[in-house]
Amino acid sequence: MSVKSYRQALNEAIRQEMERDERVIVMGEDIAGGMGAPGEDDAWGGVLGVTKGLMPQFGRERVLDTPISESAFIGCAAGAAATGLRPVAELMFVDFMGVCFDQIFNQAAKFRYMFGGKAVTPLVIRTMYGAGFRAASQHSQCLYPLFTHIPGLKVALPSNAYEAKGLMTQAIRDDDPVVIFEHKAMYDEEMEVPDEAYGIPFGEANVTREGDDVTMVAFGRMVNLANEVADSLKGSGISCTVVDPRTTSPLDEETILETVSETGRLVVIDEAHPRCNMATDVSALVSQEIFSDLKAPVKMVTAPHCPVPFSPALEDVYIPSTAKIEAAVREVVGKGH
Amino acid sequence: MQLNRDDLKEAYRRMCLIRDFEDKVHDEFAAGNIPGFVHLYAGEEASAVGVCMHLEDRDAIASTHRGHGHCIAKGCDAEGMMSEIYGKKDGLCGGKGGSMHIADLSKGMLGANGIVGGGPPLICGAALTAKTLKTGGVAIAFLGDGASNQGTTLESYNLAKIWNLPAIFVVEDNRYAESTASAWSVAGTQTKRAEGFGMPGTEVDGHDFFAVWEVAREAIERARNGEGPSLIHVKLNRYYGHFEGDAITYKGDGEVDKVKAEQDCLKLFKQRVVETSLLEPDELNEIETSVKSYIDQCAATATNGSSPTEADLMTDVYLSY
Repeated sequence: MSVKSYRQALNEAIRQEMERDERVIVMGEDIAGGMGAPGEDDAWGGVLGVTKGLMPQFGRERVLDTPISESAFIGCAAGAAATGLRPVAELMFVDFMGVCFDQIFNQAAKFRYMFGGKAVTPLVIRTMYGAGFRAASQHSQCLYPLFTHIPGLKVALPSNAYEAKGLMTQAIRDDDPVVIFEHKAMYDEEMEVPDEAYGIPFGEANVTREGDDVTMVAFGRMVNLANEVADSLKGSGISCTVVDPRTTSPLDEETILETVSETGRLVVIDEAHPRCNMATDVSALVSQEIFSDLKAPVKMVTAPHCPVPFSPALEDVYIPSTAKIEAAVREVVGKGH
Repeated sequence: MQLNRDDLKEAYRRMCLIRDFEDKVHDEFAAGNIPGFVHLYAGEEASAVGVCMHLEDRDAIASTHRGHGHCIAKGCDAEGMMSEIYGKKDGLCGGKGGSMHIADLSKGMLGANGIVGGGPPLICGAALTAKTLKTGGVAIAFLGDGASNQGTTLESYNLAKIWNLPAIFVVEDNRYAESTASAWSVAGTQTKRAEGFGMPGTEVDGHDFFAVWEVAREAIERARNGEGPSLIHVKLNRYYGHFEGDAITYKGDGEVDKVKAEQDCLKLFKQRVVETSLLEPDELNEIETSVKSYIDQCAATATNGSSPTEADLMTDVYLSY
């Protein structure tokens, strides 16, 4: 066990899986960096340094810098996965899915079904998401609901460094295509993380706080905000449960329903845009299955239905905040019987 | 490398199998016995077979929406294919894929593909696997003139070249992307495009099995020797419409009839091997007869097969979930 950042945890997971299984390769734009250039080799290790050090250890044959050609190399990763490799491909920012989505949702996701159960496609797509970097509309989105919608894909959202290592390891070992969303504002967040390799099973939520009055279901980075709110509301006599589903596909419906049944109140926190996102999905699930257990209407805290703005003054009000989450919790706790 | 008598018989058998398969699907579709829509390969047989005669199971191909010919040429089971096209449980994909998604990964057939230009990136992946695991295999993307204008295709040329992949791009130019003439839709030429990416590009008459076979041999040898990707521009004609039900009003009067009379790949093959005494007419006739009865049997099996049930709906989405 040692203190590791989210970035280091991801790097260690990939490195350990590459050491364990030589079929694991990584590819992406600037994944090592400096390819063909006169200067330093492994110049970047990915645009934010997550894969730094892999190329010197495993060589250019297993750490492949790609041209800026997402549809070619993401499709290439899908084809390589279907024929015997276990590629970890980096789609630098999830916003870039627009230029390669066909290869993900029409090809990789559907091979197994279309081919009558005969295809095995152990593909991992790593991608960055989330606002807070002043990166504006095309580098800040939370597009995991779009991937969650597609049968055949699994979607993981690690909420801290421990989760990042375990979910990345699991993703690489999984035989289905997995998209793993790394929040760009979390790479430097540190915590104690085991040194040995470990997987965290998909579809098993983590209950990070246990309480009686309200359940917060939060996704990705929002789990940390929900934990903060839960801790601070203790002083006001409000006791909160926080559920981190870890994966949106598969989704641990059972834990969500159980905890909401116990508290009778639900606040869902999702950094994605509000229409057809995880918050609406969880709200629908709860209303359909345990409506009679609810003591108050469900409350959603999400980003608004507008593109991610650039100006710090705007982006700060765009992102769900602890203040908004706390207000939502107080509102539902104040209602009902 | 030369074609021996057995190779020639096998090539003719595969080409006949494709032709009869497609003619049967055409008739059965017209009779209302086949659901969905189908795109037939009749007329283009020399391309798929001329290329795939060089391949083994370790070699991969990716196909197109017009994929039946590539599947048969690569060794997919025709009976399983016919059942698949009928949507039956015993189909090659359990009735879940249909005409546009026939695949058999054990034969290196990575799937017909409903997305125009879907195959070339996948083939870069299969080629990367072959290169990384040192299997000695090659990977071939069949694509149409329509797909030659997709970004995925051009990006794949670039990736295959800079990574020096054992990949071959076979552009089957049947002169029409749906109803739109390739003479209009393709800027420049296919071979000059290849040249632009620094890979060899060769144009070949796709009605001539022997010409395709020879060009494919060179490209495949290059790839196997680690000399990187190539492009083959195969010029040919399709006999049926873009899909079944297409009235083909965009073609000129007598256009297809003229090709059938003068350039039919099966007739040209037969003429050549008989004139040069490579095979006897009887041997060819025997192949034709046995293929015809086999295709009848495929259709009968498909007709009589049972459909999948609701219990099959949710299987095969994931390995585990």
